[in-house]
Amino acid sequence: MGLEAYLKDTGFITTQVNAIIAWARKSSVWPMPMGISCCAIEMMAVGDPKYDIARFGSEVMRFTPRQCDLMIVAGTVTYKMAPVVRKIYDQMPDPKWVIAMGACTSTGGMYRSYSVVQGIDQFLPVDIYLAGCPPRPDNLLHALMKIQEKIGKTKASQFHNVPLKEEGVKLPELNVIQKN
Amino acid sequence: MDLKTLIPQKLKEKFPAVEFEITDYKDELTFKFDKKFVVEICAFLKSDPELEFKSCTDITAIDWATRKNRFTMVYNIFSMKHNFRLRLKADVDEADCKVDSVSSVWRAANWQERETYDMYGIKFNNHPDLRRMYMPEEFEYYPLRKDFPLMGIPGSLPLPKK
Repeated sequence: MGLEAYLKDTGFITTQVNAIIAWARKSSVWPMPMGISCCAIEMMAVGDPKYDIARFGSEVMRFTPRQCDLMIVAGTVTYKMAPVVRKIYDQMPDPKWVIAMGACTSTGGMYRSYSVVQGIDQFLPVDIYLAGCPPRPDNLLHALMKIQEKIGKTKASQFHNVPLKEEGVKLPELNVIQKN
Repeated sequence: MDLKTLIPQKLKEKFPAVEFEITDYKDELTFKFDKKFVVEICAFLKSDPELEFKSCTDITAIDWATRKNRFTMVYNIFSMKHNFRLRLKADVDEADCKVDSVSSVWRAANWQERETYDMYGIKFNNHPDLRRMYMPEEFEYYPLRKDFPLMGIPGSLPLPKK
């Protein structure tokens, strides 16, 4: 069924480093549950046995940003909350991805008001905008699958995150050991 | 005696110098008076053994925008003893945007007055801790005033850099 099927005769597989790293990354996306309001309830439902985010290797909801690589911003982000969200995002190690879950997070939603940020893409690099108010749990799983697709297409050697594109930040050089 | 006759009678007896504007609309009794008597009247209504308005349900304000007295303070108080609600009102002009704090009478008034200050910019004399409630401390505007635009003032609330 899985890897065993390939291993049964020789015990060897050949692959590329890029492919195996991408496969490992996308199969174990650890989310940071940034649950701010009602969307967080749907996010919790994703963790329960009915929808079961564990099927995608993402059941490890870490409540510390330092062990996460996917931030699910679930709920209305106010101007007062925005620096907090950004601070938590900055504490996550690279590479990292962001899902803007729900209408409020993506565009401000029904809160067309002075106190609500009209879309978190004003201060965060967003990978997936998830429609719905709130989105159903299967919708969030779809967003997760899209993130996995995105991670799967990213080469580990080429990877760099969006903030690193800014001026003055130098990308770390990759040391490639040449084959003799 | 009926509370609706007892309360005006008691207040007039106790404060002969104060002009009360009494309205009884939809079974809700409202007193309107000058703002300088707010603390005295509140303290009396709370401490009087026959009334006991011990619960301060809500304090807020109204912005009339164009009237001479721009703001009206509104105090909704409740007597557990009689299961009776009472509303007190006092006009506040924009030129002298201050009222005496009733937080010495009801401790619950502390945060409600902070909220009113945050949203309308009415200052409360002798308030123990008059800081903003919802908006950031450095915010310069008062969002529930009628001249404040719905979407706020661009750039008045800072966002982190992308």
